[in-house]
Amino acid sequence: MQKPESHDTARIGVYICHCGSNIAGAVDCEAVAAYARTLPGVIHARDQGYTCSEPGQAQIKQDIREFGLNRIVVASCSPRLHEPTFRKCVSEAGLNPYLMEMANIREQCSWVHSLDREGATTKARDLVRSAVARARLLDVRTELEVPVRRSTLVIGGGVAGIQAALDLADAGYPVVLVEKQPSIGGIMAQLDKTFPTMDCSI
Amino acid sequence: MTDAGRHPRITLLTQSEVKEITGFVGNFHVKVLKRARYVKEKECTACGDCATVCPVVVPDEFNVGLSSRRAIYSPFPQAVPSSYAVDINHCLGHNPIICGKCIEKCSKRCIDFNMNDEELSFDVGTIIVATGMEPFDPKALDEYGYTRYENVLTSMEFERLINAGGPTHGHVIRLTDRKIPRSVAFIQCVGSRSPQRGHPYCSNICCMNTVKSAIMLKEHYPEIEVKVFYIDIRAFGKGFEDLFRRSKGMGVRYIRGLPGSVRQDAAGQDMVLTVENTATNELETYRAEMVILAVGLEPPAEMKHIQEMLALQKTSDGFYLEAHPKLQPVDSASRGIFFAGCAEGPKDIKDSVTQASAAAARAMRLMNPGSLTVEAITAEVDEELCTACGLCAKVCPYKAITVDVKARVPAKVTEASCSGCGTCSAECPVGAIRMNHFTDEQIEAQIDAILAEEPQKQVLVFACNWCSYAGADFAGVSRLSYSSANRLIRTMCSGRIHEKFIWRAFEKGAPVVLVSGCHIGDCHYINANHFTERRIKRVWKKMEKLGLRRERLGLEWISAAEGIRFQKVMDDMENLRRTVTPDEIEATQQILLNERTKATRK
Ligand SMILES: Cc1cc2nc3c(=O)[nH]c(=O)nc-3n(C[C@H](O)[C@H](O)[C@H](O)COP(=O)(O)OP(=O)(O)OC[C@H]3O[C@@H](n4cnc5c(N)ncnc54)[C@H](O)[C@@H]3O)c2cc1C
Ligand code: SF4
Ligand code: SF4
Ligand code: SF4
Repeated sequence: MQKPESHDTARIGVYICHCGSNIAGAVDCEAVAAYARTLPGVIHARDQGYTCSEPGQAQIKQDIREFGLNRIVVASCSPRLHEPTFRKCVSEAGLNPYLMEMANIREQCSWVHSLDREGATTKARDLVRSAVARARLLDVRTELEVPVRRSTLVIGGGVAGIQAALDLADAGYPVVLVEKQPSIGGIMAQLDKTFPTMDCSI
Repeated sequence: MTDAGRHPRITLLTQSEVKEITGFVGNFHVKVLKRARYVKEKECTACGDCATVCPVVVPDEFNVGLSSRRAIYSPFPQAVPSSYAVDINHCLGHNPIICGKCIEKCSKRCIDFNMNDEELSFDVGTIIVATGMEPFDPKALDEYGYTRYENVLTSMEFERLINAGGPTHGHVIRLTDRKIPRSVAFIQCVGSRSPQRGHPYCSNICCMNTVKSAIMLKEHYPEIEVKVFYIDIRAFGKGFEDLFRRSKGMGVRYIRGLPGSVRQDAAGQDMVLTVENTATNELETYRAEMVILAVGLEPPAEMKHIQEMLALQKTSDGFYLEAHPKLQPVDSASRGIFFAGCAEGPKDIKDSVTQASAAAARAMRLMNPGSLTVEAITAEVDEELCTACGLCAKVCPYKAITVDVKARVPAKVTEASCSGCGTCSAECPVGAIRMNHFTDEQIEAQIDAILAEEPQKQVLVFACNWCSYAGADFAGVSRLSYSSANRLIRTMCSGRIHEKFIWRAFEKGAPVVLVSGCHIGDCHYINANHFTERRIKRVWKKMEKLGLRRERLGLEWISAAEGIRFQKVMDDMENLRRTVTPDEIEATQQILLNERTKATRK
């Protein structure tokens, strides 16, 4: 088992992103940052224009060093979008990437409660509280490296499948092209001239 | 096309179907069923002698039934591979008493009726799904009289008529009298842009296809009258407007309004179209000697098998859903699987090719380093706690757990095979499985934190990363507004939600709890959500036994494309929350407290 870090020593930094006015337009980001400072384990919290920008990320890295932060919470957009960005950011500052947690206060807050500033701000506070609670208990994780086969299966031999197969094969990758019909070609094979160039299709 | 057939690094499997795909990014195991062709593909020179003696005549699908072919045939002259094939469903059989004529006729002796279907297995690192689309079938739209009137054709049939290699050698003739029509009418948006009459979306290609066809008609027959009935002409791409203008310059007439009916005149030849011209607001009648329906594009009828094998998701249109509509337009939500062409939505050749090259590049980017790291979200067994009951091994969708129940050897997780759904951890009766990065303690800390302030106002939602959480993101991207009472806790899979998380939430004063995940059949972890469902049903039963209102625990399947559904579910949950009184919450807490004391006393 990988040894979990001692959770008592969590030193958390919290970053509330304005995302221009995308978040700040509906959420009182300063108030959320001020609230974050009161949460257990939080050493440092600030709101920023764009956390994902170069200066935004540089700030996180600098704070990690300056305040000895060992957990980072970014309250911004969806982790489905920017989790890789911020994982990379903290690891560049020497932190294990799994010690970064996100609170989604854009897709699931400011963008959907834009007419309810109070509700949106309360929700953002609650989501940050939840993320901080989780961050306190995050453990260092090491990713497993697995070999990748350098070959591709292409399903469907229409013009799209053919083009993809040729690009890959020309670049040196073996391809298996599977087509259910007796010939490749798809719909395009049935066309005579094609727009916009009005030339032959095959 | 021929390049693909000849390329030394492309293995072309035609008449083939993918039967099974297992494994994960970088290491997919594929099984393909290759149906017997009964003609030796490499040896056949496509001379066609065999077809001259075949007595069976069937409609030729390549010419959409406008001509016929034999039971031994080549789909079309430029086919790749350029070998004939036996259509075994129509062939009379090789028994010499019945037929077998073609075998004799082939001087190269490449017809072999002893061929069998083959099952091939191989491994690949990445997969590109390019299964395309199908033209809409307008039979259901009765007002246009397709199939009732021979002179009403689809744009696909028209393509074959005007094609020099087609059944009429490129002469556009009408079927009733085999004469070249003096007037042709095109009807746009057939099967498109109407939820009641086909599909709600625009099929993207049919406006330009009609412009093209109209120009071709004018080039072939300068005297011909061409009219196009449309809602609006979508000539948005590079060079499209030029082409549109050119057609107008050639005398093609565009009339704004879709005909309400198409009838045949008394002589049984010409067609009469009644249309409300929305430019003039007049009800007008037109005659045409031939009518072409500009049919839209729809997803292929058979997508289910591939969709389920690869756990892909579809949009409400029925085409595949990309990982992000703007930023990852050719990636699927599953790493290592990409989309190209119309499989992802209706598009023209240029866009299909662009997307295909993008998908190829994305695949190369992933494969080029030769190795990749997998997220360190994996299960781990505490051997001291494990009683070797074997339950976890039974529920793991990836068979990543081994446990010897008889010899009482504790469970062990193979890290490389574990995908991190957390089902084992939620099912282990003694809490022996630690789900890394989504541990019990981490999730419980979130529940506690959310309910720490004004719990009676919160709608606690567990959402799975791939579907319901993604659906919430989609609602956000679409700016759908809904009640702000909900608080989401993200897990990778709904299968991770342990019963105890739900009880804990109610103990801490949650008025309502929602567990949400992928639709059954769409689970990103094969079938882990079956166990979610089973578990929630178990909790509902217990709630009833304890005298708690079971509807306070919701279970909803929401796909990544169902932003609107997510919005509705959130508003419904908030309405439900308002029905839960402080007294009811307190009573619940008391009941659960009593249960807990009973349990500890035992
Ligand atoms: C009437 C008409 C006219 C058109 N005219 C033009 C034009 O002038 N200009 C233009 O740019 N575009 C035109 N288009 C659009 C063009 O046809 C498409 O953009 C193009 O064919 C898309 O290619 P594709 O490879 O994505 O799909 P498809 O051509 O549909 O090919 C998909 C292939 O996958 C195979 N397949 C499907 N499912 C499976 C499976 N499960 N296993 C194995 N194989 C499978 C199919 O058999 C088929 O060969 C026209 C379309 C129509 C219908
Ligand atoms: S491309 Fe034109 S004909 Fe086709 S659905 Fe869209 S608007 Fe209608
Ligand atoms: S379910 Fe739990 S106790 Fe049973 S074998 Fe698996 S880890 Fe061991
Ligand atoms: S987390 Fe899921 S995939 Fe991994 S061992 Fe448990 S049940 Fe299997």
